[in-house]
Amino acid sequence: MDATALAANFENKLAKNENIEPKDWMPDNYRKHLIRQISQHAHSEVVGMLPEGNWITRAPSLRRKMVLLAKVQDEGGHGLYLYSAAETLGISREELLHQLLSGKAKYSSIFNYPTLSWADMGAIGWLVDGAAIMNQVMLQRTSYGPYARAMVRICKEESFHQRQGYEIMSVLAAGSPEQKAMAQDALNRFWWPTLMMFGPSDANSANSENAIKWKIKRESNDQLRQRFVNQTIPQAELIGLTIPDAQLKWNEAKQGYDFGEPDWEEFNQVIHGNGPCNKERLGARLKAHDDGKWVREAAAAYASKRKLVAA
Amino acid sequence: MENTKDSQGLVWEVFVQKKPGQPYVHCGNVHAHDAEMALQNARDVYTRRNEGNALWVLPSSEIVASSPEDLGSFFEPANDKIYRHPTFYQLPESISHM
Ligand SMILES: [Fe+2]
Ligand SMILES: [Fe+2]
Repeated sequence: MDATALAANFENKLAKNENIEPKDWMPDNYRKHLIRQISQHAHSEVVGMLPEGNWITRAPSLRRKMVLLAKVQDEGGHGLYLYSAAETLGISREELLHQLLSGKAKYSSIFNYPTLSWADMGAIGWLVDGAAIMNQVMLQRTSYGPYARAMVRICKEESFHQRQGYEIMSVLAAGSPEQKAMAQDALNRFWWPTLMMFGPSDANSANSENAIKWKIKRESNDQLRQRFVNQTIPQAELIGLTIPDAQLKWNEAKQGYDFGEPDWEEFNQVIHGNGPCNKERLGARLKAHDDGKWVREAAAAYASKRKLVAA
Repeated sequence: MENTKDSQGLVWEVFVQKKPGQPYVHCGNVHAHDAEMALQNARDVYTRRNEGNALWVLPSSEIVASSPEDLGSFFEPANDKIYRHPTFYQLPESISHM
């Protein structure tokens, strides 16, 4: 097939909502876009383990500790599924990790905020995983096969993440005045950074147009953000917590809430490395990588020694 | 910063069997330096929720796959042999199960 026929074939598959698979021809920019998006997603899962891992040893009960441990382990698994999907596009695991560890790659801005109290574990599960799920449910129908399949798996596993977070919040909100204040404080700090997770408004999002054209994304940042707000407000009301947004108001005509604008200047600062915890997060990843070096070396030495014995 | 590009091991494809008697189904891959480590990693990554009780792992480089361009000619022989399907045959009406 010549170049035009290959391109027509690709467009045709997209039009018919067929998945693009690793060995199929694809435009270079489609490949590049996917490598960037999937690897950022993978890095976010991996770095996302840090703010929560921080609380495992301080969980208030054995039940909460087991749950948090299982959740954090799941996030590590999500990182692996996504690295695998990115590797099918022709980039190595070594290169992907190098991009993260050298500070070249981005990951979700939300993980550069600190986790100051136990209630933050509730806010993260409820809001941050909730927002991630909204995005990931859409991505189950993304046009690149390996990415879509990773998302199906991830969505299945995510379902308990949000519930455990909401459970933490509702128990605190029904507790002593101090506990309720702790829950409200966590909501106050995580609300706006969570809304930023969906990315800038579509009008200002450089990558959105191609992503929609190639059916990598099926919905816009603003659509997903609106749906998240609509879904979350009643959940907050039910447990007696207040969303920290003076502009929040039900809009009968659009059957949804009107809400305030996140501080996009803060968002830009955080994704460009100036958030409260950027250095700490990357430092922790680098330390983990360096600390694991002897294990990788030992495993490689053991494998080659056994090969020699067998030969 | 130490070398951040040291080896992550080979890629191994993972197949899981949900229940005894069922076929092994491909579920993804893992990185590992040898077969034993690949099996352990596959267990940790792909069977955290009772997805199965039996696993196969093999180096990805050992997989031989058809290519998308083969779609036409390679599988063509199957297209014109409708007599391989039971619906090709006419039975007397009185026979309802065969
Ligand atoms: Fe996740
Ligand atoms: Fe999660």
